[in-house]
This record gives sequence, C-alpha cells and structure tokens, in this order.
Amino acid sequence: MAERAGGVAAPERPLVSTAAPEPVSGPAGGWRSPRGRERLLQLGFLVPAVLYLVVFFGYPVVQNLLMGFQEYTTRTFYTGEAPWVGLDNYAAVISSNVFGTALLNTALFTAGSIAGQFVLGLAIAVFFHRRFPLGGLLRSLLLLPWLIPLIVSGAVWRWILDQDNGALNQFLGALGVADRPGWLTSTSLALIAVIAVNIWIGIPFNTTILYGGLQDVPEELYEAAALDGATGWRAFRHVTWPLLRPVVAVVLVLGVVYTIKVLDIILGLTDGGPANATQTVATQAYHLSFQEFRFGEGAAMGNVLIVISLVFALLYLRANRRALVGGGR
Amino acid sequence: MARRGAPRRTALPALAAAAALALTACGGGSGGATPGGEVTSLRVLDYYNNEPDKTVYARKLDECGQQAGVAIERETIPGPQLVAKVLQQASSRTLPDVLMLDNPDLQQIAATGALAPISDFGLSVDGFQEGVASASTFEGQVYGLQPVTNSLGLFYNVDILAQAGIQPPTTWDELKTAAAALTQGERYGVAFSAVADYEGAWQFLPFMWSNGGDETDIATPQTAQALQLWVDLVNSGSASKSVLNWGQADVKDQFAAGNAAMMVNGPWQFPALDEVAGLKYEVVPIPVPRAGQDVVAPLGGETWTIPQTGDPARQAKAAEIVACLNTDENQIALATDRTTVPTKTALRDRFVTEVPRMAAFTDVVQTARSRTGKLGAEWPAAATKIYTAVQTALTGGAAPLQALQQAQDG
Repeated sequence: MAERAGGVAAPERPLVSTAAPEPVSGPAGGWRSPRGRERLLQLGFLVPAVLYLVVFFGYPVVQNLLMGFQEYTTRTFYTGEAPWVGLDNYAAVISSNVFGTALLNTALFTAGSIAGQFVLGLAIAVFFHRRFPLGGLLRSLLLLPWLIPLIVSGAVWRWILDQDNGALNQFLGALGVADRPGWLTSTSLALIAVIAVNIWIGIPFNTTILYGGLQDVPEELYEAAALDGATGWRAFRHVTWPLLRPVVAVVLVLGVVYTIKVLDIILGLTDGGPANATQTVATQAYHLSFQEFRFGEGAAMGNVLIVISLVFALLYLRANRRALVGGGR
Repeated sequence: MARRGAPRRTALPALAAAAALALTACGGGSGGATPGGEVTSLRVLDYYNNEPDKTVYARKLDECGQQAGVAIERETIPGPQLVAKVLQQASSRTLPDVLMLDNPDLQQIAATGALAPISDFGLSVDGFQEGVASASTFEGQVYGLQPVTNSLGLFYNVDILAQAGIQPPTTWDELKTAAAALTQGERYGVAFSAVADYEGAWQFLPFMWSNGGDETDIATPQTAQALQLWVDLVNSGSASKSVLNWGQADVKDQFAAGNAAMMVNGPWQFPALDEVAGLKYEVVPIPVPRAGQDVVAPLGGETWTIPQTGDPARQAKAAEIVACLNTDENQIALATDRTTVPTKTALRDRFVTEVPRMAAFTDVVQTARSRTGKLGAEWPAAATKIYTAVQTALTGGAAPLQALQQAQDG
C-alpha cells in the first residue's frame, strides 16, 4: 500500500522541482550573465532528481533487461560470470505451460480488480460527497485496508476464506448454505477470491482520488442542472461524469500499473495455487528468480511485465497531461 | 521447507532481501581478513531465530568458541532470507566464517564456489548417515557437516484413536481405513500439506519414495500410485480439501485444535504441540504401501559450512567450530534439546535410550534420503513439478499419472 501512496506523489515531484527555479531566478539579477546563473540554478535543482531516478530506477531496470539475456544463476553471484544466452531465457519462459495461464490470470486479475475497485470506489466517493453526520469519520475508517500491512491482511483473509473453519463459510453455514465453497482451494474460485481481496485493498485508493475529483466539481453546476430538471442519476451522468473523466483516466491507468504487478497478496493467499489457478506473470517471475534461483528466466518474465506496465505508464502520462490541461486541478 | 519454526507464507519477508540483491554488486567488506594475524573472533550466520533453537545454538556455539579460543559473533536471520543474504555476501565477498545452510540449499551454494571443501581441514563425513552425507556433497566433495537431522512422521491423537479403538496405521490400506473411520463431524481423519510450494513437495516425498517413485522421472506408475493415495484421501473426505492451501504450520494447528485425528509432520512441531493443554499425541513412521516395506522419507535439517573467506587462519578456526558441533556429545546434546536425530549412525541406540520419544523419527531417518542426493542444484525445479502435479491431481484437473506427465513436460 505504501507504494501506492508513494506512486501518486512521485510523478509530481519532478514537476515541482523543475518549476521551482523560476521565481528564484527573477530577483537574482547578477552582474555576470543572469541567464547563465539561472541555467546553473536550474541544473542544480534538476541533478538530484535525475541522479535519484538513474540510481534507483534506471540502473535496476537496465540491469533487469540485461539479466533477461544472460544465464544468471547462484554461481554468478560469486564468480560474476553470466554468459550471454540471447533469447534462450525468453524461449524457455514463453514455451512453458505456465506462461499462457499466467498471462491469462494476469489479465483477468487486473481487469477484475480494476473494474471492482473503480465501480465500488466511485460509488463510495459519490456517497460520501454528500454531507451527513459522521461522514468524515466513516470516510477515514474507509482507509483502513490501506493502513494494514499486506502480510497481515493476507493472513487474515486466508483465515476468513478457509474452507472448513473460515469465517465466511461459517457465516454461509449459519445462513443455511449447505455446501462450503473452497474459496482458495478450488481452481474455479481461487482467482475470484484473490481478486475480491485485492478489490477490498484497492477501494481506499480509488475512493480517495475520485473523492478529490468530486470536490473540484463546482457546486453551481449542480444548481444550474437542477433548475433544468437534472437531478440524481441525470446530474451524475451529465455533470459529474464529464467533469470527472480526466481524474477517472488517471485512476484507471495508475490502477492497472499497480495491479498488474501485485505479488504479496497472491503469495500470501494461495502462493499461485491451487494448480497454478492464481499464478500471474509477477508471481511466476518471483518464483523463477527466488525459489528456483533461475535469475535469468525470472528477469525475462519480469521484463514481459515491464513492457506491459510501460504501455500503461505512457497512457498515464497522456491522461495526466490531459487532466492538467482539462482542469482536473 | 522443513525449516524449524519457520512459519509458512514466509516468502514475503524474502521479498525485501530479494529486492536488495540486485543492488549489492558492491559492498564494504569487513570480513576481518588480516592474514597471518591472531584470530580472536569468528562471524557465524544461521537462521535459528526462534526459541528454543536460538538459545540452544547460542550455548553450543559459545562452548565451541571457547574451546577454539575465539569469540563468536553470531547473526541470526529469518529462514526465508538466508539464501538471498548468502548470495549477496558471496558477491560482495563478506561471507561469514561459519555458515549454516538448509541441507537442500547446500549444493546450490557449493556450486557457486563460495564454500571450502571440509577435507581441506581434515574433516570428513565418515560415520554419518548416508543420505545426510550426500546432501552435503557436491561433485564428489563434501562441503558441510550436519550434526542433527529430522524427517516426517505420522502424528496421531492418542485419545481420539483410543476412543475409536483404532491402531495407528502402518500401511496405505490401513491409513485409508483408519482415516475414514476417524472422520466424524467437523473432524477429518488425517491432515497433510499439499500446498503450492516446496513444503507440499517435501510432504509428498515419503509416499512417493516409499513406493519406489523417483524425482528424476516423476511420470511413473509408482509415483502415480502415491498420488492416487492422496487423491483418494481427499476425495473420500478423510482429508480436507484445504490441504491444498495448508502449510505444515497450518496442519499442526488443525491437529492441535482436534480438527484432524492424524497428521503428517516433523519433530520441530513438538514444542508447539506440547504447549496445547489436553493434547496427547504419539508419532509412528509414515505408512508404507505394503506391510514389511521400509519407509523412505526425506531428510531435513541444516548443515554447517566453511565459506571461502580467503583467510586460512580464520578458516582453520571455523573448521574447529564445525567439528566441535559434530562431536558425539554435541550431536546427542543438540538432538535432545532440539528434538532432532543425531546424524552419526553409531549414536542411534544410545540416543533412543536417552530420548525414547524420538524412537519413531530415529527409525525413519535410518532409511531416509536427501532431496538433493540425485538432482543436486536441479532439485528446486523438480520440487516445483512435484507440487504442481499434486495440486493438479487433487483439484481434479487430471488423473494422477496424467498430472505428473503434464508437470514433467513443463
């Protein structure tokens, strides 16, 4: 969850740091080429950010890309030898039976999670947009899933979803449902269960961002719309939705980037089982690298994920630009 | 897998360590390598970070350090982080002087060249159980000495079996009948772990191996029969479908709560089970296909190695520590305190007389095998195939032989 909070803030940081020099450079009219000094100052502000990006984002990504083309094993860590193997790792990864399953699961997991998170998140945001007693308190309670460490929520959900003694099945039993679904042990239900848990985790993020977007919709528009007879659903359809769209685009694209790489919650709930039913590209990459010690193949799998994320990251940049221009802020 | 006290689902902490790996190509080396200088202290790394192991080993290591005239600087980290940490240390040349490894990981690490053969220091595995010795051997050289080992057995709830008038099963048929008879209401007859990780593969091994199955080719009728046994137990309702998602710690919890009359587990669960009020349990060897056969179970436990630190004086001292942990007295002491089995075959009778509750496991260890004896560094890949096949068959995705074939073909 921390990544999500960090992820939202991160893209804005470079904007701030590059914009900062302008007011500073104004009054600093020196006697020797004020323009040169301004450039230097700008550079000074830019260097830490660029350095940070290169060291903590550029280096690992480049290293990972290279690793995908190398036979990188435990031996490499001691000897430093990592023979170049071309596309062998990719061939091995893609030809394995698990790859197709993992790709499909990743798509279903991402689409399912995003759809659920967004619809519920939006509904809750709209609901809390009205003012009512204790609304603020309830809204902050909504952030709870965000505040619990993922390892803890994974363990708790695993207990809730247990087939024999889980809280959910006990509850269903009390309602008179005779057979107990194997939420995490049936190949047809496990992915749905994992998606449901991930939706629960993602709702606070969606609600928070969308709620922020709703705050920016001017009250007068609703009043004007009401005069024209547009209230309730029609007000939402013709006033809220069009004005919210830039924010929606950002939420969706960011959501995809965060969801596609989800690892901890799946490892915590099912470890990719039963019978690979919840195995995704991310969990498979983790398994190859850190459980089978085939770092080259793991990196190749990871690179597949990087490419997919990159596409959505570019979409995000476009959406973000439109959001800034379109007056989302 | 079979790491003592290490809770299941511990892949998560490993993430942090794993992420750090990529960035640790360089790092400050403080191995204290001053060749020729007096060795006053040794760095020791292990994963005994839970009680009672932590204290038991602290005491033993200090004793051995005193004998060798060095102070012990010990670092204990969580089990799942150990391999990542060792790889990081190997690349930055900051390996400790004495390193403990889970036995199936030894060949993987030895393959990197980071470990010194123990024969360099005049040590050998003479008198050690064969499987234990083979786990510490890589390409003909021995790289570690393992003082104690463990394995899997069948735990049973004494009261429940007595009430039902059932004897602990010794064969597969008896296991099926007993498990069916013991299944009542909320209680299952038997519990085991068929989870989608190495723990699941490790628990399947005693059934697979005892029936003549082999990890070098899993798509055989022998392995399929073993898998059929598990499928039958689950499909008949004698075991919960949740075995697919239970690690060994979960299995222990189910057994402790009375939700299972019998379970497959290891002696590292004794301390936790002993704390459960009113629970009376005993252990017998895992049932075999037909009466009179030997059970072939996998060997657990950790081996102690001497990394290549580049300082012969320190390595010589480190070898003294490793040798000291493996003296007859210390093997018996460690086995007694940690409810494990000494690895020197000559110590068996004496050990069973001193610690009768370990009789079943001591028996099992006699004929047990190591996971990496045949495949070495390829074991993790084989284990993945085994648990994948087990899961496919248990979820009804394919018949056992077919599931094994599919998993083998990758």
